[in-house]
This record gives sequence, structure tokens and C-alpha cells, in this order.
Amino acid sequence: MTPHRLLGRFLATALILMPVAASAQSLLNVSYDPTRELYKDIDKQFSTAWKKQTGETVSVATSHGGSGAQARAVLDGLQADVVTLGIASDIDALAARGLLARDWSSRLPNHAVPYTSTIVFLVRSGNPKHIRDWPDLVRDGVSVVTPNPKTSSGGRWSYIAAYLWALHANNNDESKAETFLTQLYRHVPILDTGARGATNSFVQRGQGDVLLAWEDEALLAAHDLGAGRFDVVYPSASVVAEPVVAVVDSVVGKKNTARQADGYLRFLYTPQGQEIIAAHHYRAIDPAVAARHAADFPRLVTYDVESAGGWSVLQPKHFGDGGVFDRITRPAR
Amino acid sequence: MSVSPPLRRSPMALGLTLLAWLAAVLFLLLPLASLGTEALRKGLGGVLRALADDDALAAIRLSALVVAVCVPVNTVCGLFAAYALTKYDFPFRGLLLVLIELPLSVSPVVAGLVWVLLFGAHGWFGPWLAAHNIAVVFALPGILLATLFVTFPFVARTVMPVMESQGRAPEEAATMLGAGFGSVFLRVTLPEIRWALLSGVLLCAARALGEFGAVSVVSGHIPGQTETVPLHIETLYNGYDTVGAFSLAAVLALCSGAMVASRTLMDWLRGRRSVAR
Repeated sequence: MTPHRLLGRFLATALILMPVAASAQSLLNVSYDPTRELYKDIDKQFSTAWKKQTGETVSVATSHGGSGAQARAVLDGLQADVVTLGIASDIDALAARGLLARDWSSRLPNHAVPYTSTIVFLVRSGNPKHIRDWPDLVRDGVSVVTPNPKTSSGGRWSYIAAYLWALHANNNDESKAETFLTQLYRHVPILDTGARGATNSFVQRGQGDVLLAWEDEALLAAHDLGAGRFDVVYPSASVVAEPVVAVVDSVVGKKNTARQADGYLRFLYTPQGQEIIAAHHYRAIDPAVAARHAADFPRLVTYDVESAGGWSVLQPKHFGDGGVFDRITRPAR
Repeated sequence: MSVSPPLRRSPMALGLTLLAWLAAVLFLLLPLASLGTEALRKGLGGVLRALADDDALAAIRLSALVVAVCVPVNTVCGLFAAYALTKYDFPFRGLLLVLIELPLSVSPVVAGLVWVLLFGAHGWFGPWLAAHNIAVVFALPGILLATLFVTFPFVARTVMPVMESQGRAPEEAATMLGAGFGSVFLRVTLPEIRWALLSGVLLCAARALGEFGAVSVVSGHIPGQTETVPLHIETLYNGYDTVGAFSLAAVLALCSGAMVASRTLMDWLRGRRSVAR
């Protein structure tokens, strides 16, 4: 007990030195990588809307990183009131450790999916390597930039989009699909830990011929970063990517912020929130908002993750230790 | 200074000197120049606006606090560790030496992860800390611990050679003449090592200010709360705010430059004095 008590005394002193930042009315949103611009807007407009609605002042801070890495930080004790991550399996991992209820996805509309996105190709202006569809990615001399699927949800959706396409193109032949994935990742010279790192490698540092990425990242780069420097290519088929949001019960219980955290996530579903979402190149789920922005988001064939067994099967099979991803990226002997 | 004049004028020496300058310009000045150019892309106003941003100011305050805590703590600890190691014989002295140098050879990621393993939610002390509502990792204490760990060796390592060369005779003589530990340390040891000590303090401060890896692991990356200047630079860069990122980076580079320059100036002053003596 003595070392504990000593430690406690030391920490108590350290805490006194700490600025009183964590008052009850501040929320922490732990989010995935590409949502930096989106939540900058959402946080600001939510505070204004909440003030008008309830008279309370609530400020929101948002932290960003690869979805898997962020989930890991919350698991290790990062005090997130809400998590807004790129993929359901990352929140499931938190639920499995008891940080929130296992039925978290039924507590918000549309299975806790406030918007969708998809996986597309971003190429250099004029598409010099003529990249039109998935088979073009594994041609000789094509170098592909995509995030690491183990740490990044964008990386995982990209991998699964390639996998689902390969399954459909090969009459559901597992081994042929795996061969395609092996070839694809042989063309990947850089595996950044998060989506934004991969975009930076492609956009700012000029690496690779094609960025395999979230549609929102690709549109952001093509429209807002260097107009005319990049083209977005929609492949013949892709995947419906579904980022998810949830209140972290164990944290809001302690901080007494459950009501504000829930209000924050529900704000994403309001027409105002959906407008902000669409303006940041994510696909709104509100039909009226989606219709207004239909011209910005081409319709494309998408395969459903459920057709291949759903994430509860795909996650351990492909990204678990010694799974398919480990196998195909092992150096050839 | 010991180089004899003929060797200094040989073509070989001239070539090597030119090469050294070329390397310095290519690898040091060029990146620094690019830093300044990128920061000034939107003029001086852009730099000032970027530095006046709330999150940038919070990052500067946090980094200043980290330096203000880590430098005094490590100066005192480093001084006494060095004193003990050079003035006394005790069992496992070699082991202590190795331990002091450990942070220099351990990767910063590991230096951060050890604190997560100890104080994280599933770490050794995690449940106890959570029950008492004490935040260590992803909060200020974790950032301080990580920085203390990586900056620990600097003071001890810079003052030890000087203490060693001084030998134990002065302290022994002072003690025999009746001086207590305090006055021996303050009036005999400290005056001899003061330049080395200052140099070590500056090195320690520079590293505390610039540490990225270890702090990144325990930070949680909350803008305005747990981001030090190096971490906030990364966040700005990833948010496509190049002017903001490079403005802060330039400030950081200027601080480091000032520390290195004052260290060189001190060494030069000290060199002149010892020559005069």
C-alpha cells in the first residue's frame, strides 16, 4: 500500500499544477483521420445551436488519428465523451472491453451511421497512367498509396473494396481474390498509419501514381487543395463505407455529460448537421440534403460487406494476427 | 588550437573544410531556409495570425510548462547522480551508470509506451488511478513523465567528465578543513562545473522543448489541451495549414538555435578564459 500512497501523493501534487481544463461542460470527441475539417465546423456550429436550444455553454475538442489507433487510445484511458470512428469494428472493440453498451449501434438513427462514403481513386491531373479500374492498379509501373489497414479505417475499407471487387470478378473464388490483394499490396510502397498521412504522402510529397482512399479525402484534395492538380476516378464498383458514432458510457457517466454528448451526436443527424457533412464531401443520409448535393456524388455500383460475411467475420480473418493481410504482405522468399 | 600551421594550410585540409561547409549548408541551412519561406508564404501577418491562434498559444504554454518543470527536476537529479557517481565508490556503480544512459538508447516510442503500460486504463496502476479519478496518461502528468524520462541523462552526462577530471582531492581537503556537505558542494564543486552544468541545462531544455515521439504516445492529441508545440505542428500540417505549421516550426527552430548558440558562446568564452589562465 505504501508505494501506492506515495504515488497518490505525487500525482495529487501534479494535479494541482494542472490547468482546470476539464470542466463538466467540455466534450472530447475522439475521431478518425480525415474528419479534421468536418468536425472543426460541426464543433463550432453545435456549440452555437446547443446554446440557443438549452442556454448551456458547451465546448468540444476533437482529436484525430488513424481509427484503430484512436480506439486503442480510448481503450488505454483517453477520456472520450464520444467516439466518431471510421468503422464499426473499432467501436465494437471498445464495447467488448465494457466501455460502452454492446447495443451501441441501436441507440442512434440509421445504426449510428450519420453519413456514408466510399472508396475511390485519386490520380494526378490528366490521369497519365490511365488508371480506370481495379485491374489497372496492379499493372507494371503503377505505384499505389493507401493507409495501413491495421491502424486506419480508410485503409481497411480500401482493402475490403479491392477484396469484394476481386471476389465478384472471380466468381467468389477466395484464392483468386487473395492473389489480387497480394499483387495490389506489392504495388504499395508506403503504408501510412492514417488516411491523412497517406493523402499527404500523395498530395504534398508527390509519392505514387494513385491514392486509394476515402471519397471525401479524394474530393477534398481535388477541390480544395490543388484545383486542377488531381482527378478523381470512380472504379466500376466499390464499397459502401459506413463511419459510426457512439457515446462512451463509462466516460460520460463519470463526467456527467451524457445529455450533452448525446445532443452532440444527434446534431449530426439534423438538417443543419447533414448540410455541413455534405459540404465536406461526405454522403448525407437525409434524403432532402442528399438530393440537393446529388450532382457532387456520382452513383456507383457498391458491394455490401454483409455479402462477404460482415465485419465480425472479415475483421479477424483478414486483419487479426497472422490473418490474410499479414500473409500477403510478408516478403516473398 | 593544437593544429600546427602547415597542416592547416594543406590542400587536404582546405578540401575537407569546404566539404564540411557544403554539408552544413545543404543539410542545415537549406531546410531552415525552406522553413522560413513556407512560413512567410502569406507574409508576416500570416505568421502572427497563426501564432495568435488559441490552440497555438495553448501549445506554447504547455511546452513552456514542460520545460519549466523538467529542466529544474533533471538538473537537480542529474547533478546529484553525477556527484555520487564520480565522488563516491559504491556497489553496482556501473549499473547506475548504465541506467542513467538508458534513455539515450531507448526509442522514444518505448519511452512513451512504458507509461501507458504502467498508468494506462489497463496498466498496472490503471484501475487504482481510475478509481481515484486521477488522470496520468493522455494528460499533463503523462506528458511530464515522458519528457522527464527522455531528458534525464543530459545534465548528468555533461557534468560527469568535468567532475571526473577534477578528482576527489578538493572535496576531501575541504571536508578535512571542516566544511559540511552543503558548503563543499556549493563552494568547491559547483564553481568548477558551472559551465558544463549550464551547457547540460541548455541541452536538456532543447530536448524537452523538441521531444516528439515519447510525448506523442501519451498525449491523446487534444488541440488546446494536451498538444505540445511539436505535436501541434504535426496536427496543423495534417490539417493542410502549412503556414500555421511552418510558423510554429520556425519559432521552435529559433528557440533551439538560440540555445545552441548560447552554448557555443559559453564554450568559446570558457576556452578564452582557460587560455588566458
